[in-house]
Amino acid sequence: MSHDNLPVKDPDLGHSVPNPGLEEHVERYTDANEAAGNRAYAAVVGMLAAVPLLAIAFLVVYFAVPNDLLLDVRFGEVHFLTANAQNFWLGLTSGLAVLLIGLALIQWARVIMGDEESVEMRHSAASSEEDRAVFVEEWEAGAKQSGLGRRKLIGGALAGALGFAVLPAVVLLADMGPWPTRSKRAETIERTIWAEGVKLVNDETWRPIRPEHLEIGQLVNAQPENLKQFHGSAFQVEKAKSSLVIVRMDPESIKIPDSRKDWHVSGILAYSKICTHVGCPISLWERQTHHLLCPCHQSTFDLGNSGVVVFGPAARSLPQLPIKVSSDGYLVAQSDFTVPVGPSYFERDSSEDFKDGDQ
Amino acid sequence: MKFLSKRRKHSAAKPLLLVLALLAVGLGYSFVAPQQTSAETEMTQQIEEGKALFDVSCSSCHGLNGEGTTQGPSLIGVGAASVDFQMGTGRMPAARPEVQIPARPVIYSQEQIDAVAAYVASLGTGPEVPQEDQYSPEGLTAEEVAQGGALFRANCSACHGIVGGGGALPNGKYAPSLFETEDVHIWEAMRTGPQQMPVFSKDVLHDEDVRKIIGFIDAQQDAPTYGGQPIGSNGPVSEGFWIFIVGIGGLIIVGGWIAKKGARAR
Amino acid sequence: MARPTTIGDASPVIEPAVAPTTKRNPAAPALKWGDDRVGLGKISRFALRKVFPDHWSFLLGEIALYSFIILLLTGVFLTIWFKPSMAEIEYDGTYQLLKGIPVSEAFASTLHISFDVRGGLLVRQIHHWAALLFVAAAFVHMLRVFFTGAYRKPREVNWLVGIGLMALSTIAGFAGYSLPDDLLSGTGLRFADGLIRSIPIIGTWAEFFVFGGEFPGELIIARLYMVHILLVPGLLLGLVSLHLALVVYHKHTQFPGAGRTENNVVGYPVFPVYAAKAGGFFFVVFGFSVLLGGLVQINPVWLYGPYDPAKVTAGSQPDWYMGWLEGAVRIMPGWETHVLGTTWSWNVFLPGVGLMGLLFTLLGLWPFVERWLTGDTREHHLLQRPRNAPTRTAFGVAGMVCFALFLIAGGNDIVATRFGLSLNAITVALRVLVFLGPVIAFIVTKRICLGLQRKDRERVLHGSETGIIQRSPGGGYSEPHLPIHENEKFLLTQHVQRQPLEVSPDTDENGVRISQEVSSTRARLSRWYLGHDVPKPTAAEIAEADHHGEDGHELEGQAEHQALEDRQPEPAND
Repeated sequence: MSHDNLPVKDPDLGHSVPNPGLEEHVERYTDANEAAGNRAYAAVVGMLAAVPLLAIAFLVVYFAVPNDLLLDVRFGEVHFLTANAQNFWLGLTSGLAVLLIGLALIQWARVIMGDEESVEMRHSAASSEEDRAVFVEEWEAGAKQSGLGRRKLIGGALAGALGFAVLPAVVLLADMGPWPTRSKRAETIERTIWAEGVKLVNDETWRPIRPEHLEIGQLVNAQPENLKQFHGSAFQVEKAKSSLVIVRMDPESIKIPDSRKDWHVSGILAYSKICTHVGCPISLWERQTHHLLCPCHQSTFDLGNSGVVVFGPAARSLPQLPIKVSSDGYLVAQSDFTVPVGPSYFERDSSEDFKDGDQ
Repeated sequence: MKFLSKRRKHSAAKPLLLVLALLAVGLGYSFVAPQQTSAETEMTQQIEEGKALFDVSCSSCHGLNGEGTTQGPSLIGVGAASVDFQMGTGRMPAARPEVQIPARPVIYSQEQIDAVAAYVASLGTGPEVPQEDQYSPEGLTAEEVAQGGALFRANCSACHGIVGGGGALPNGKYAPSLFETEDVHIWEAMRTGPQQMPVFSKDVLHDEDVRKIIGFIDAQQDAPTYGGQPIGSNGPVSEGFWIFIVGIGGLIIVGGWIAKKGARAR
Repeated sequence: MARPTTIGDASPVIEPAVAPTTKRNPAAPALKWGDDRVGLGKISRFALRKVFPDHWSFLLGEIALYSFIILLLTGVFLTIWFKPSMAEIEYDGTYQLLKGIPVSEAFASTLHISFDVRGGLLVRQIHHWAALLFVAAAFVHMLRVFFTGAYRKPREVNWLVGIGLMALSTIAGFAGYSLPDDLLSGTGLRFADGLIRSIPIIGTWAEFFVFGGEFPGELIIARLYMVHILLVPGLLLGLVSLHLALVVYHKHTQFPGAGRTENNVVGYPVFPVYAAKAGGFFFVVFGFSVLLGGLVQINPVWLYGPYDPAKVTAGSQPDWYMGWLEGAVRIMPGWETHVLGTTWSWNVFLPGVGLMGLLFTLLGLWPFVERWLTGDTREHHLLQRPRNAPTRTAFGVAGMVCFALFLIAGGNDIVATRFGLSLNAITVALRVLVFLGPVIAFIVTKRICLGLQRKDRERVLHGSETGIIQRSPGGGYSEPHLPIHENEKFLLTQHVQRQPLEVSPDTDENGVRISQEVSSTRARLSRWYLGHDVPKPTAAEIAEADHHGEDGHELEGQAEHQALEDRQPEPAND
């Protein structure tokens, strides 16, 4: 191939020392010493020969080792590893088998195959002047043949047609989810199943809660009793919004603003468990500081002060659920949350949400 | 009745009655009192012993009568369970005031701890040290242990981590690891809410629920790491660390070997 | 037809007599078949002996490629059992600690693969390890390309393809991580939900479209499954092919050295050496993944339990490649602004969506920015030693430090518990450090690079130190230096000394205003970018230094001393 299309014309530009040229090829030890060469050869063949053995060992493990057998590697009292024996031995045998193939191939290339370096010339990606000229010529001939020069509208029409043809394809995706219009938002992310008289029940055990069950410093992870009516994904969707943390604090030691003085039952307060940052459920509550920490991003809320943010990336207070005692003595909700739970979203102005110092 | 009323005025009646009465009292006393006395004295003795220990080890922070000082909270009404937990895990007596008092080797015998517990319990009623059947996971079915897992994830894992390895709390505090914690201490911690930990009272989480949770914690810790070396059970953090150190690091070493020119003849 | 009794001289039927004497290649018929149909010969003529240079850092991209192949293989196996469904069932498999617990089909089938399919756990763990390896190797490979300037002309397009691969691989990873529907990945999905929701204007719409309504809905696992096993792998496969095709077309870059020029490539031919090495390395990477899968536990979803939107665990982290975003979100202050009845959640959007966009934009623009700064239009096939591009190297290290600090922030709770530090203190410190750290790293790295340049210069001019102290008859002490090998001298001086751009005139020779090619701002930036290099020794300087050396080693020390004195009055060259 001709060398007139090299990437750079002046490869020696700025060299203070001339390029000494390729180093002289020196034979390897394994080339010069026959015994060493034979040892290398034996090593490569040996590695490959071990592979079938390992493969057979794999088969034996697969069929002979029961799935529930445990491996217990220990030294005296110290257990190094207790693992599923089948997994361990399957991994070890097949892993070593594959690894040995690789090592053998590489060793073959390193010490047995000829190791004289080759030199290949590069070629600029750029086309030659001639090629470019021919291209321009052919392009022009083609353009002329197409008639676009005289009937220009075809080009514009084609572009427009193609552009509009994309529209149906895009519109097809419009049903990926319901549209969060104002009314849709009101019936989805802006409400939960909490309502007047809904009992607060313990998560998992579904037991309703009486105020006297709670001691000062107590935390209860709670759900609305009517959540039980939901199943499958509807259950998950509602649970993702309605989860509560109920805490009891000494009323003397906390700040309760006037607007919320009827929201608690003698120091028992209920807050949304869903972080206002990105929506993780929070229940790391410190009984002495009254701080609630989110394990995901460490937003910290003060439950002794209407759930305001005291640290971290969250911007909004944790919504508080107004609660009361029902006639039969259980904790029930007074209403739904007064603001949507979970992360902020674009369409709602959250500047009116409760902030530290509000009354 | 006639028999009695006829002889009521007999001259020997009064002395006889006295003797009978004395006998009855004596007998009655012999039935009830001796046991009562020994139990009471034992109790008083234990409380006194506890009080003595308390004065030496606890009162500097919690006050001479457990009323609390600026250094330590009041112990009136915290109950014996609280003392059994705090001293049984070596948290109390604390070496120095800290953000959070860590668990340390236990320096008191169980009798001494019981004595202090008895004394503190005498200051005001609180949760008692549980009987074994209240916390022991003996006899739970597989489903019940699994339910314990659900309860654990609902109530405990947020702070103590999914395998109970512990987790961070604000400002240098932490939820401790549960790996070494004894069953009874888990029960006591839930009921008494030590330090920053909230209380889980017996009316909300019944002893039955706590037993399930303890059963799950025990079972999970006894369970093998099925997949192999657990690399600290720190989840994706240690996995990412490993892939760079062992994965990329190891393969770069192999890469260096591939590209390196081997031994030359001269 | 009558059998011929004799064979005429003109008859060509003589082959059978010749054939046994030459050794026939047993593959020949197959090769001929292939050649006749697709022209194998023409293709192979160039392909077989194509030369690839040898260097360990050129294998980083291969690790990524091979892990991708491992992912395809193991992924197919996993799809045989995995059910991408969020339908609720009661778990009734082998794993006792979840017996009777309501779980999704996706979670149950993951447990089924882990506990009831023989070798299933192994393949699942290989798949996850290979996924981490894939992204990690791609990342390290990108760093290699960056620090050696391998993205320069003519390889800018391939750099962009690489950026696309990087982005796609993280998406593939995140989607795959979410599929088992366990508590940890579900928490990750909830984070993704919040992230999408925070996008100004379209956030809520995007959220509803992605999840098919409210979080979590019933579709997201199935949709992510499609993304994970069809959409993204398809795109990855296409881009990987393009990436490789361009590497073959441009031929691989090489490090400078004796005999290496911009116009050649020195190394080993594909057939057989490179094929054996690269093929062997595939098996090594595979072996590593299998051993990790067999011996080291990864993502034990059975411990995490099924996803439940009311449950969470301390120490919730994403896989490492999402960790830096997680970190940024953690240390961001809670900023939210309100405009005309709307809420702009900067606290989530900026660190989450914004930072990711910023990183990929910067990476994508970098080759063009650098070209604008240097005005360099040459083709480059020889790699740069990082010290010879100090500002770029400093940028790269600053970026890595920033990334690392974000990553640490992503595990701030683990750091707090493992090292007994305060969570809040770490967070506050990192808020400052993510800005300060890169600046310090930049300055330090640039100093180090310039120092290394100076060292190279010294080494070329004065040779290497012998460590022998000699006392001259006059009582002076000196250390003789040994001249270095010609090859090393060449290596240390072969780079082109880059000159900053000069301001070009903004008027033509007739005084008419023309559009200025190099504005004063561009020239200033160019000076900042290139202007601090230590001048490399010129041929004349080297000749003079060699001359000194020939006079005798004992003079070397004096010469150096003199040289040092000579240099003293000069202002620092940076």
